[in-house]
Amino acid sequence: MAKYHITTRINGDDVEFLCAPEQTLLDVLRDDLRLTGSKEGCASGDCGACSVMIDGRLVCSCLVLAAEVGGQEIETIEGMAEGDRLHPLQQKFLDFAALQCGVCTPGFLIAAKALLDRNSNPSETEVRYWLAGNLCRCTGYDKIVRAVLDTAADMRD
Amino acid sequence: MTDSNKTPSGNGTGNGKEYKWVGTRAVRPDGVDKVTGRAKFGADLHLPNMLVGKVLRSPHAHAHIRSIDTSAAEALSGVKAVVTRDDFSDQPKGAVQPAGEMTINYRDMVRNVMAREKALYEGHAIAAVAAVDARIAAKALSLIKVDFEVLPHVIDPVAAMESGAPIIQEDLMTEGMEQSPGAMTNIAKRVEFGHGDVAVGFAEADVVIEREFTTQPVHQGYIEPHACVASMTEDGQGELWLSTQGHYVARGHCATLLGLDVSKLRVQASEIGGGFGGKTVVYLEPLALALSRKACQPVKMTMTREEVFRATGPTSGAHLWVKVGATNDGRITAADAVLKYQAGAFPGSPVAQGAQCAFAPYELNHVRTVGYDILVNRAKVAAYRAPGAPIAEYATESVMDEIAGVIGMDPLAFRLKNAPKQGSQSSYGPKFPVIGCIETLEAARDHDHYQTPLKPGQGRGVATGYWFNIGGQTSATLNLSEDGSVALVLGTVDVGGTRASLSMMAAEELGIDLDKVRPMIVDTSALGYNMLTGGSRVTFAGGIAVVGAAQDLIGTLKDRAAKFWDISVDDVEWAEGEARATNGYTDNMQPLSLQEIAKDMAKTGGPIVGAHSINAQGAGPSFGTHVVDVDVDRETGRVWVTRYTVVQDAGKAIHPSYVEGQYQGGAVQGIGWALNEEYIYDDKGRLENAGFLDYRVPVCSDVPMIDTVIVEVANPTHPYGVRGVGETPIVPPMAAISNALANALGIRFTALPMSPPKVLAAIKAANGDVTTAN
Amino acid sequence: MRYEAPQTVDQAISLLAGADGDPRVLAGGTDLLVQLRAGFIDPELIVDIKQIDETTAITAEDGGFRVGAAVSGARLKEHETLSLLWPGVVEAADLIGSTQIQGRASMGGNLCNASPAADTVPALMVAGATCALAGPGGRREVPVEEICTGPGQTILTDGEFVVSILLPARGSRSGDAYLRFIPRTEMDIAVVGVGVSLSLGPDGQCSAARVAVGAVAPTALLVPAAAEALIGGTVDDAAIDAMAAAVRAVCRPIDDKRGTVAYRIEVAGVLARRACRIALDRAGSA
Repeated sequence: MAKYHITTRINGDDVEFLCAPEQTLLDVLRDDLRLTGSKEGCASGDCGACSVMIDGRLVCSCLVLAAEVGGQEIETIEGMAEGDRLHPLQQKFLDFAALQCGVCTPGFLIAAKALLDRNSNPSETEVRYWLAGNLCRCTGYDKIVRAVLDTAADMRD
Repeated sequence: MTDSNKTPSGNGTGNGKEYKWVGTRAVRPDGVDKVTGRAKFGADLHLPNMLVGKVLRSPHAHAHIRSIDTSAAEALSGVKAVVTRDDFSDQPKGAVQPAGEMTINYRDMVRNVMAREKALYEGHAIAAVAAVDARIAAKALSLIKVDFEVLPHVIDPVAAMESGAPIIQEDLMTEGMEQSPGAMTNIAKRVEFGHGDVAVGFAEADVVIEREFTTQPVHQGYIEPHACVASMTEDGQGELWLSTQGHYVARGHCATLLGLDVSKLRVQASEIGGGFGGKTVVYLEPLALALSRKACQPVKMTMTREEVFRATGPTSGAHLWVKVGATNDGRITAADAVLKYQAGAFPGSPVAQGAQCAFAPYELNHVRTVGYDILVNRAKVAAYRAPGAPIAEYATESVMDEIAGVIGMDPLAFRLKNAPKQGSQSSYGPKFPVIGCIETLEAARDHDHYQTPLKPGQGRGVATGYWFNIGGQTSATLNLSEDGSVALVLGTVDVGGTRASLSMMAAEELGIDLDKVRPMIVDTSALGYNMLTGGSRVTFAGGIAVVGAAQDLIGTLKDRAAKFWDISVDDVEWAEGEARATNGYTDNMQPLSLQEIAKDMAKTGGPIVGAHSINAQGAGPSFGTHVVDVDVDRETGRVWVTRYTVVQDAGKAIHPSYVEGQYQGGAVQGIGWALNEEYIYDDKGRLENAGFLDYRVPVCSDVPMIDTVIVEVANPTHPYGVRGVGETPIVPPMAAISNALANALGIRFTALPMSPPKVLAAIKAANGDVTTAN
Repeated sequence: MRYEAPQTVDQAISLLAGADGDPRVLAGGTDLLVQLRAGFIDPELIVDIKQIDETTAITAEDGGFRVGAAVSGARLKEHETLSLLWPGVVEAADLIGSTQIQGRASMGGNLCNASPAADTVPALMVAGATCALAGPGGRREVPVEEICTGPGQTILTDGEFVVSILLPARGSRSGDAYLRFIPRTEMDIAVVGVGVSLSLGPDGQCSAARVAVGAVAPTALLVPAAAEALIGGTVDDAAIDAMAAAVRAVCRPIDDKRGTVAYRIEVAGVLARRACRIALDRAGSA
């Protein structure tokens, strides 16, 4: 079974890997590249725990074949902080206790960042619908939405 | 060492006192790892030489397993081990052990983790393989030949009780009921609680309401599927890494099922991506260990989302009958209920807890609840957040609301009139200790939400919920470092932020900066026994253990200071992080800080450690009252929750944000349970919606902000007054929403979920339009 | 299984035509990967068409737009002019799944997956969209309503695939809308979906209309009788009621985990009325 050789960029670094045709990007991130911050919650695009950005676009990495990402820019949770500085969203999630078990948190952070990259002043409704593809079973979403709205306000100032 | 039955007094005295850390919203110590993706959950571990394990599952709801032929699988290149029922010794009858809030029967457990005589539900594990990669493991499964004799199945609890129903376990005897000899049954247990005489009570009533309800099984819905890595070595020792609510309990289960000494198995809990009761039991772990034992290589096993739905325990579906009588001035005279809960393929539904909680928010002279635990061909149920209580109180709180409406009384006023207080006899036996039921009702009544007028077409509902909470076995250790910082060594799995609250209590007791306390949850070899995280026990029992460990540490610190000053330890006190000489000793005795004592530990006697182990008793129950407003699209039956408020007694909120988080999370699970979540089966007993697409948990846009009010009626058995809070929030929502719909539409719903087709059919029927039958 | 990413339409055709077994076209992958993972399909070859210019372009054409079959819903929504021209179509595409799904899912994929509940199909039907197909036998242009023949079934022949979808020009005083019913607010497959497109003449009467309904039959259905109830008269309550009744009359849904027969028929009528009113509103202000 021949593998494919893929060259791509992940969190700003050049990365090469070999993948089987049926491996998803999520499989490769977690199992081969050991970037386990993206999680598998459902493998069917229904929970968002595997969210990453590809060329600036928010996607579920469980629905992308690893073989497809050659030459693309991938952003995962591992690249969200800059050096020892957390991204404002990461800090706000901590300050607002917008996580309990934390397994959905990487997906939410990537998704929220994708929103604020595009829309610096989302309404509560816009935030909720943008994040509808990220399931959380612990928090009831309240503190997550507040954290995103508050971060947006901070970033506007 | 301290007396393990004595609650340490600690610094906390409950309400009103100002603390440096307790009651603040400090950033949790494990937070950075969680927001950066560093935190390691069950499936995040990679070991050298690791194999992938997969499970072959029954496609039939009920079938004899005549034979299993694994030879082709074993011969496949890349397959390193295969296990079936033959690889697990049977467990004797009567091997029962309490674990969390459910009791464990090992004879049932060994059959649940791997089918023996019969496949008892679709998804039941039949065999497992370990191979060098997932593709080969999947191929190996396809090569296993199983000879099934398919049997008739039953999945409805009422149908399972009828004579002539397919029998799940031929040798089942009903606990708590007389039986004719040789009769076979699916009824595992009958329980009864109550006092007084309901016939007398109903005779006193001016109004009597009697209703029947049905609920469907719902899954805990944790986002992280079950996952573990097991590694057994040639010397018979094992290591297990798993996502669990209780690694000591998991160790015990696995050791029993594999015939190992408990001490041969070292178990580490990974970070857990949600449990809510569903990860208090083992599924993959004994299989992974058995495979690893054969292969002598680590084996990683993870469940797919589909497997989680098909093969792990949801909570019960139920049929409920409730009858309540009251006088015209609002006094409840009698309450009666019969609860029939499905247990799945093995006994153990939470019907007893449901029966106990059903009428708990009321002080009653005449009350009776009867419960039946019924086997059906479904996955064995597992605990789900206040197990049993949400189901029962959905029914009872609906009827209470209805009766208040009939006598024309405000629903909160009705509850206040009948509310229990300290000393009231509970509907299930014990007298209530200090409780906050009345306080939550009053706070709900006085809240802006309840005072705000509804918009046209909207409805408002309330409901009160209850959960006992538990204490249990807990150990904690504080290890003092040379620089005065402390390691807080814990064995209670952190599901929702308890590393923060426990560290805060430690810092408060010691009088040091929170930053100087580093908590960690260690493996089973590194600390004394800890019961699993469940029953809302960790901040309560963990708090007692941590405070006790801190007091133990302080005792030693004072000894060292006394020795240094050459005075009696009775003349030393500990305050604000330092030892102080009291009783008029001279200025020569400057206070000694923790850092100073730590620096000189070696000279003054050696390492300083504080430890405390207990079986915590006296957990304070928690009452909660919810208020919810709904909107209904009367043309489609779609329901929106437009406003939601949770009022609940926390005793003392060590970390208010994480208490609020429990209130909000439980409420939203309840919203899903009320409106959309259910298991849907085909006529062959197979689950049709085994995924998050068609098993509909609430998404972010489905719910509003969830407002919270933390009531604090201190629990005197805890140094800071803590009550468990995690479970009560899921108890009221279904009834509250059903009551809100009754308010909006004038229609009483008696089945969950209240999904759009059901709501629309009811609206049309109420309008006299019977063209849309549902 | 093999994965290939051809650079041209012709390369794609020869890969598809030359494959044994069951070759599959990959656009967004939001249906294909789910089916692959669940074991419902076992293709020998996956042909990723996203490297081909034609399948990823949005170009103005004859007053309308030709949209590459692999263009994602997110990109569609960001195209301002297209969104103004055919808001119903863009809304329909935007309803598919979550933001993450939108980042990949395409109209071509939604159409060719041929789910009876596909959200874009009723909207494309009432827009009068046509599909450009390419295969070993050459190119052909086919109206959208002819593509799906049953659940998971299309008229595509061996080696053939959808390259692009043409959304035609629309007249002035025209409007379209698509509504679907789901139990939650997002993330569900449509229980029923209705698309309406209509045009008003200078006298304010309806000069043209198309109505389609999805998730109530093996394929989405164009409902000529519903259109007739609108055409030639004022789109008033009586006409809208008649239109809704015509929509209900063609429904032949099944009971399944997403809805019952009775419920789907009832709600089809409700959505038909509501979608019609939105389309009318848009036409009036166009």
